[in-house]
Amino acid sequence: MLSFFITRIAQAIVVVFAMSVIVFVGVYAIGNPIDVMIDPGATQEIRQKLIEQYGLDQPLIQQYWTFLSNVAHGDLGTSMVYNISVVDLVFSRFPATLELVLVSVCIATCVGIPAGLWAGYRPNSIGAKLIMALSVLGFSVPTFWIGMLLIMGFAVELGLLPSGGRGDVGSLLGLPTSLATLDGWSHVILPAINLSLFKMGLMIRLTRAGMVEAMGTDYVKFARAQGLPDRQIVFQHILRNISIPIVTVFGLELGSTLAFAVVTESVFNWPGVGKLIIDSILQLDRPVMVSYLIMVVILFVLINLVVDLVYARLDPRVRLKGGA
Amino acid sequence: MPEVTMENTMVVPSAPPEETRAERLRNFWSDYCQSWVAVLALAVIAVLLFVSFGASLVSPQDPYDMAALDWLDAFLRPGTEGSGGYVHILGTDNAGRDMLSAIFYGLRTSLMIGLSAGALALLVGISVGLTAAYFGGRVEGLLMRIVDLQLSMPAILLALVLVAMLGQGISQIILALVVAQYAYFARTTHGAAKVERGKDYIEAARSTPLPTRRVLFRHLLPNVLPPLIVVATVQVASAIALEATLSFLGVGLPLTEPSLGSLISNGFKYIHSDRYWLSIYPGLALMVTVVAINLVGDQVRTVLDPRNSR
Amino acid sequence: MTVALEVKGLTTQFGTRNGAVTAVNDVSFSVQSGRIMGLVGESGSGKSVTGFSIMGLIDEPGRITDGQVLVQGTNMRDLKPDAQRSMRGRNVAMVFQDPMMTLNPVLRVGDQMAMAVRVHEKVSKSAAWDRAREALEIVGIPAAGERLQAYPHQLSGGMRQRVAIATALLHRPAVIIADEPTTALDVSIQGQILAEVRRLVDETGTAIVWVTHDLAVVSSLADDIAVMYAGRIVESGTAAEVIASPRHPYTRGLIDSVPGLHEPGQKLPQIPGSTPQLANLPSGCPFRPRCPRATEICATQPPHSGTDAHSVLCHHPLEAS
Repeated sequence: MLSFFITRIAQAIVVVFAMSVIVFVGVYAIGNPIDVMIDPGATQEIRQKLIEQYGLDQPLIQQYWTFLSNVAHGDLGTSMVYNISVVDLVFSRFPATLELVLVSVCIATCVGIPAGLWAGYRPNSIGAKLIMALSVLGFSVPTFWIGMLLIMGFAVELGLLPSGGRGDVGSLLGLPTSLATLDGWSHVILPAINLSLFKMGLMIRLTRAGMVEAMGTDYVKFARAQGLPDRQIVFQHILRNISIPIVTVFGLELGSTLAFAVVTESVFNWPGVGKLIIDSILQLDRPVMVSYLIMVVILFVLINLVVDLVYARLDPRVRLKGGA
Repeated sequence: MPEVTMENTMVVPSAPPEETRAERLRNFWSDYCQSWVAVLALAVIAVLLFVSFGASLVSPQDPYDMAALDWLDAFLRPGTEGSGGYVHILGTDNAGRDMLSAIFYGLRTSLMIGLSAGALALLVGISVGLTAAYFGGRVEGLLMRIVDLQLSMPAILLALVLVAMLGQGISQIILALVVAQYAYFARTTHGAAKVERGKDYIEAARSTPLPTRRVLFRHLLPNVLPPLIVVATVQVASAIALEATLSFLGVGLPLTEPSLGSLISNGFKYIHSDRYWLSIYPGLALMVTVVAINLVGDQVRTVLDPRNSR
Repeated sequence: MTVALEVKGLTTQFGTRNGAVTAVNDVSFSVQSGRIMGLVGESGSGKSVTGFSIMGLIDEPGRITDGQVLVQGTNMRDLKPDAQRSMRGRNVAMVFQDPMMTLNPVLRVGDQMAMAVRVHEKVSKSAAWDRAREALEIVGIPAAGERLQAYPHQLSGGMRQRVAIATALLHRPAVIIADEPTTALDVSIQGQILAEVRRLVDETGTAIVWVTHDLAVVSSLADDIAVMYAGRIVESGTAAEVIASPRHPYTRGLIDSVPGLHEPGQKLPQIPGSTPQLANLPSGCPFRPRCPRATEICATQPPHSGTDAHSVLCHHPLEAS
């Protein structure tokens, strides 16, 4: 168990380090950020001064080294657009994204898994066919377009819900969150549904596939031969088995939900990290891009690690040894 | 003891052992036609291909031709007759473009990007996957590590960063999509090839003095093709959706080269002003395209799945 | 002697693209308490489907179309689904072929067995575990308490099959359907399990339907034998009778091709041809194309002949010796 941990963490550090190089070099190749920051009419002198101030005249390796040593001190640089520390900037936006992702993951799970179980339990029923058709829609129709339809339907036509932005922030267990207020919920519900659809489609398909496969296995037949009712077979035998792939994908998809939040946040003008990264790409705000991407990589590595641990917990056949 | 094999639960009348290629194709087709939805989806795709690649023939206006655009025609409601003397069935946009024509041309751009990105990603993915599976060892370890890492990153994020680095334009977008998507093909190829590699016939082929290339392409590739076909359909659809998303986010194609995504993005600005037709219709076209391709892919998967054969 | 299981005219069909296929065709037999009946046949003969039909566990596209399954006099097919379910495991249980697959890999052996106890009896969890431990001890598993804590992958194949048998025995059912339970095991383990089963049957009075393709196993274990071919029982009787003087040409061929029942060094006789496909059976006797005794009359439905102790379905049965 311990050696598993150590190998995993060592691997994670290598991955993060490698990614930081790639990201840094890659982002360095984008345009010249100074042009964005200053008035086109500014003199060459001011330009030069700014370039020196941001260290853009130094060789790439030197810049990367400076960046690394700054990171080691917890300093990811300063946003060129907002002119505040990137760490502060990202953390000020993060709660909004987190609450959006949480609500949408809850929706996706609470709807997707039962729907998938049913679709796999009675694969030929009309309900199952309907569920599968919906999952194809959720799976394939682009997120931004569904988001737009939601805005048109619920905000513009019906006028029931706000079309964008985050609602009033209240306090829940001492944490500032918009989920503590009714206004906050009215703002979060549309983007959360929007964000959940892709994941829901995936959940439905995974659960259904696992269910269909499990229904044909000997252990299920054996359980039926013992006289166990279907309900018990599904919830005590099958769910435990199919939860393994579901948890794996669930974890991996948490990351992609954060990524799709980029799209949803843009559509609904949600002031989260996703909106921040889009803006920073459009405005060539290099420090924000680099830090965001590196944070995302770290997040993915962490999620992978947690998924592996949960996996090992659920499947007794998996031995936690080094390497893996 | 009689020469019998163990049987498990039920008796399945097996298909005749030898099938010619034509018979297999015919069987595939008759299996495919089991779902009328899938047949309909195929017909829809055919229509979409026709109107998009024949856009210059079927559309009433050339949306690229700035001279043909008239500002007076801007924001005409669907069904209104414009200065061109014909009815704008789906209305016009803020520049007086006929929406129907813009959708046909936009569809062409979207399909072209989706198909070429899918095809290139398929080629790259097959090469990487086969190389890894054939050589094994260090090469395999390194290649598949990279592929796995990429797969754990969402394609949209990767494409977003790449487009930001490469800049706007059709070829840049295609390149970004290929880099973001080849990993799916590589993983599928590698997985299937790995299974096939373990089988005796590949060992047999390797033990003869056949060149490596021949073993790879004559023996391995045909056997990993079925799962790849399924992945390819899904990936073309997702390439189209990705491109639309990028354009919608403002890092894809400019409105002078309209893809469906840029049309929707443009229309999105007007959803609060009751000019729904600017975004709804190109969006519907996008949705129908993507869903149809996915439905076809789904049915192909079902038909090719050996567990589903009776 | 009481009759534990009586099957009358059981017919099971599977819907396929080319119409319905009859996997079990008008099958009738009975098994008395404390006896083992070997249901013998080649793969595809319908013997396993017969087993699942008795349990009422035939899934789409299969369907039991006719017949009765009387367990201790109760017709399973008359019961509502829930009543049928409550008979499964309690009155009639089943053991499967592949012990590697019959246990749920992610649940402890004890949890799985306790679930099987508690579905029919309202007892506490710990009482159910105690029952499970007793059952494991009955089938000869040492350190039963530890085994209960184990996951299936931590046990050997033979051990897992004993667990499955113990699970089937939990409620002392009148009938156990054993679907080739030793086929997947090593020969030495197979021997141990056969001896164990014989002992259990003698002690508990359970009736067993032992589905197998292995005549050698049946001849050493079973009290009665029923031979299936293409969905029908073509010959049945006491094991001693059927083995010593088979009357159906198919049974004769089967027995002749068992290596163990022969002088070493001689060439083994074989049945020509192969098992027919159920989708296109010949008319009349399905064994006709492979039968050395076949004549024109065999194109019509063969009659039953013989006694209850030894009956045969054939136009030209071999003479009883």
